[in-house]
Amino acid sequence: MEVVNVGVAEYFVTHNPHMLASYGLGSCVGVALYDDKRKIGGLAHVMLPDSSSMTKKGNPGKFADTAIKAMVEEMERLGSKRWDIKAKIAGGACMFTIPGAINPRNVPGPCLGMQIGERNIEAAKTALTELKIQLVAEDTGGSYGRTMRFDISNGAVTISSIKYGAREL
Amino acid sequence: MVDRKGLSPLQLDALREVGNIGSGNAAVALSTMVDKKVLLSVPRASLVPLVKVSDLVGGAETPVVGIYLHISGDASGSMLLLLAETSANELAHLMVSEASGGDLTTVEQSALQETGSILAGSYLNALSQMTGILLRPSVPGFAMDMAGAIIDFILVEISQSEDYVLVIETEFDIMEHVIRGHLILFPDLGSLDIILGRLGVSD
Repeated sequence: MEVVNVGVAEYFVTHNPHMLASYGLGSCVGVALYDDKRKIGGLAHVMLPDSSSMTKKGNPGKFADTAIKAMVEEMERLGSKRWDIKAKIAGGACMFTIPGAINPRNVPGPCLGMQIGERNIEAAKTALTELKIQLVAEDTGGSYGRTMRFDISNGAVTISSIKYGAREL
Repeated sequence: MVDRKGLSPLQLDALREVGNIGSGNAAVALSTMVDKKVLLSVPRASLVPLVKVSDLVGGAETPVVGIYLHISGDASGSMLLLLAETSANELAHLMVSEASGGDLTTVEQSALQETGSILAGSYLNALSQMTGILLRPSVPGFAMDMAGAIIDFILVEISQSEDYVLVIETEFDIMEHVIRGHLILFPDLGSLDIILGRLGVSD
């Protein structure tokens, strides 16, 4: 099966039975959208929560709001119906902490880097709600990196990490 | 800030020199710490697309140890010491005599953290002296994970409005040991004009 690497700030939508993969998600969030009826799906590797504060919009794949919207539009062009699309998300970790303190997500130490992981998770969820897409599963937060693999032929999403190995989401 | 799709060869040379002087100073500090010779590669300075950054250290899924420091002061950015897992273990054993063999102990982790802090400190010191720009490193953060995961939040800070980052990178080897690491400086693109100005190579 052809594996498509969806890198930082990229997204990919297809109706071919590819395997889509985002490797080494840290604070970035992987968003998998799937239309089970038509076997159409897409994966985004977003790094920032939302594009609204940006003066220069640039690449839509970089932001949770624009990437999810772009994927949904592309899936609809391929024939998907909005109500058939389901979402799974993973990532949004806090990779570096200052030792000592405890933050809300029970990771030791306040998170370096503007709590970007948490904000990415929230922004992805908000974007999904606004587009009326159901979030069916998530593996988010924590303090470890994840790789997300998404099999378009059957919709299976696998999350693997150095700490916990691989498991289906 | 200027929209920067490219830097001139002269500017890249000047930034490489920044890497040279910074990592040279850091290597001296490291060499003193471990009492071994330290070899440096020729520094690389380049604008790297976001998707390609983790390729610099062998791919997004490569397990690495990363020590991260945020830089503030007259210019801002990030400094990262990256070590392959085996190198991190060996360096930790060099620093802390109680060899554990397996996973890094807390003491070994903090020894590595301190190493990162000292290397970044001497790197930035040399830079400050050369340019007159005040650069202050933060408390070091420590992570052991996939390279992509360690690098991505650094990109967040520096790439809010751009799709590439400036990377100044040096590889070092500690002689008599199989220890190889990367010392990477990611200046914020907004600070680039300040640095280039002080180096006398602004547009």
